[in-house]
Amino acid sequence: MASPAIGQEDLSVMQSIANANRATALRMIHAAGSGHPGGTLSCADIVTYLYEREMNIRPKEPDWGERDRFVLSKGHACPVLYAELARCSYFPVDQLMTLRRVGSILQGVPDRRLTPGVDMTTGSLGIGFSAAVGMALGAKKRGSTARIYCMIGDGEIAEGMVWEGLLFAAHASLSNLVCFLDHNKFSSDSAVRLVLNVEPYLEKIKAFGWAATEIDGHDFQQISSALNEARTSNRPFFIVAHTVKGKGVPYMENDPAWHGSLALSDQQLAQALEALGGRGEK
Amino acid sequence: MKSSSDALGTRPGSLREACGRAVTDMAREFPEVVVLDADVAGGTGFHHFRSAFPNRFIQCGIAEQNMVAMAAGLADFGYTPVISTYAVFSTMRAVEMVRNSIVLPGMNVKITGSHVGMDAGPDGATHQSVEDIAIMRALPGLIVLSPADANDMRRAVRAMLEHEGPVYLRTGRSPVPDVYTKRDSFSEFRIGEADLLADGRDVCLIGTGVMVSRCLEAQGLLEREGISAAVVNMSSIKPIDDKLLSRLAKTVGAFVTAEDHNIIGGLGSAVAESLSKTTPAVVEMVGLKDTFGESGEPADLATKYHLMPEDVVKAAKRVLERKSNR
Repeated sequence: MASPAIGQEDLSVMQSIANANRATALRMIHAAGSGHPGGTLSCADIVTYLYEREMNIRPKEPDWGERDRFVLSKGHACPVLYAELARCSYFPVDQLMTLRRVGSILQGVPDRRLTPGVDMTTGSLGIGFSAAVGMALGAKKRGSTARIYCMIGDGEIAEGMVWEGLLFAAHASLSNLVCFLDHNKFSSDSAVRLVLNVEPYLEKIKAFGWAATEIDGHDFQQISSALNEARTSNRPFFIVAHTVKGKGVPYMENDPAWHGSLALSDQQLAQALEALGGRGEK
Repeated sequence: MKSSSDALGTRPGSLREACGRAVTDMAREFPEVVVLDADVAGGTGFHHFRSAFPNRFIQCGIAEQNMVAMAAGLADFGYTPVISTYAVFSTMRAVEMVRNSIVLPGMNVKITGSHVGMDAGPDGATHQSVEDIAIMRALPGLIVLSPADANDMRRAVRAMLEHEGPVYLRTGRSPVPDVYTKRDSFSEFRIGEADLLADGRDVCLIGTGVMVSRCLEAQGLLEREGISAAVVNMSSIKPIDDKLLSRLAKTVGAFVTAEDHNIIGGLGSAVAESLSKTTPAVVEMVGLKDTFGESGEPADLATKYHLMPEDVVKAAKRVLERKSNR
C-alpha cells in the first residue's frame, strides 16, 4: 500500500497541516505553562505525514486490532501528536488546551490509558522503542498486516535498551517495523555530540542488522520515499531524519534552551504563530 | 492439609520447577500465553515450556530491559506474556520498564522472579534477591504473589493467568517441603486471601514462600513447649488479607512474620501496615536484617542468617514476652 509520489499541491497541503499542528502544539504548551517545544517542532512533519498519508488507521475505532501503530518513544514531543490525533478526530479538539492539567486526558507524556489514539505509554526514554519492537513481534506472530512505526530522539538513543531492542528486531527479522530517529542534534543539556556522541548513526544501525537510510526530516517527498522503501525491506527499517530543533519558529531553531526549560510568554507565542502562518486548532 | 510426598512429582519440587511446569501444563487452556526468557529458562523452570511450545517461547537474550518493555508490545496484540528471569533482573535491572511499560498502562503481563533470598544459594549476594517484594509491592496496583510450595504454586499460577492485568510472582530455587497436597493444587487460589493452615491461641506465625514450611515446623517445636501457634500462609502479599489479620490480632494478638527477604518493605512490613490500620498488635520479624547474603548452600545460609524454624521459635518467644508486657 505504498503511497504514490506527492504532487506539488499535496505538498503544500501537507506543509500547512504540519504547521497548523506546530501552532496548535505551541498554543497547548503556552496554555500549560510548560512543555518541550524544540523537539515537538522538529518531529512535526513526520508525525503529520504518518497519520495523514501513511498509516492504516480507523480513528472512530481507536482499538481496531489490525491498525498500524505509532509509538512516539520521544514522548515529550506529544503536543504535536495530540494535535494530529485531534485533527483525525480521535478526541474533541476542545480537549487540546487541557494539556498537563489535573484530570486531563492529555498527559505530559503519552499515556495509552487516557488518550484515544495513543498506542503506547512512553516518555521514559527507551521504553517506547522496545514496546514497538514487541508490537512488531506480536503483529508477526499473529500474522497481522499491521505495521509498527516508532520515533526516537537522538538523545534518547543513548539508552542501553534501545540497542538491546535494535539487536532483537534484527535478530527476529521484524520487517514490519520502521523507526525514525528525530536527529535534531540537541538533547536537554546541549548538542548531542557533546553530551554523548553517537555518530555515526547510520553505520552503527546498519551494523546492528537493520536496513537504514538518511533523509531530510522536513521534506515530505523524502519522508514518503523512505517509507515506501521501508515497505519493501525484509529487515526492520531505520530512518535517520535530519531535523531542526524548534523548526518553523526562527527564535527557537537550534537553541537548546527551547528544549523544555523556558516557558513561552504571550509575546513569544504570538511571534511563533506569526512565523508559522496561523493559530492552528482553536 | 500437610502431606509428605504426593506432590506434582515423586519428590518435593522447587518453586521454579513448579512454576515452569504449571504454566506449561496450562498453556493449552490459556492459548494467549507466551513466555519471554532472558537466556535462563533452564534456571527458571520455563525450559518445560520451551520444549512443549517452541513457537510460543520467545528467547530475548540477556537483555532484560528490552524484554520487559517488549512484553508490553506483545500484550497490545492480545498475548499474555510471562516473563522468565531471576528476581534481581525482573524486579531491579528492569524495574523501571516494569513500572512504566507494564504496571502504569495496566498491560496483561505476568512477571516472575526466581532465585530469591538465601534460597538462591551459591551464586551469592548479586543473585540473591532480598528486595523484590518491597520493590514490587510499592508499584501502584501491582499484585504480588509468593506461594509456599509446588502445589500452592500451581494454583497461584492459575489465579495469575486468570487475572486480567499485571502480576508479580515470586518463585524460588531449591526444593521445598510440601505444605499442601496435590489435591490442594486444584483448589481455588484467591488473590487477596491468606490461608490459615493451623489455628492457635498464643501466637500467629505468618510465612511466605519457603518460610511457610519452616513456620509449620516451628509450630511443632512450640507445641512441645506448650505454646499454641496459629500458622498462616501469606501467598498473596498484595493485596493482603486485612480481614484475617485483624481477626487474628483480636484472637491471638501476637505475630511472627517470616520471609526469605529483607525485613524492610517485605512481608513483615506488609503485615505491620495492615495491623496498624485495623488492630495494632505486637510483631516480630524473621528475615534478612537489612543485610546482603553471600555464597553458600541454602541450608547453611538459612542457618547463618537466622531463617530456620528455630529462629521462628525464638521470635515467637520474644513476641510472647512483649505481648505479656503490654
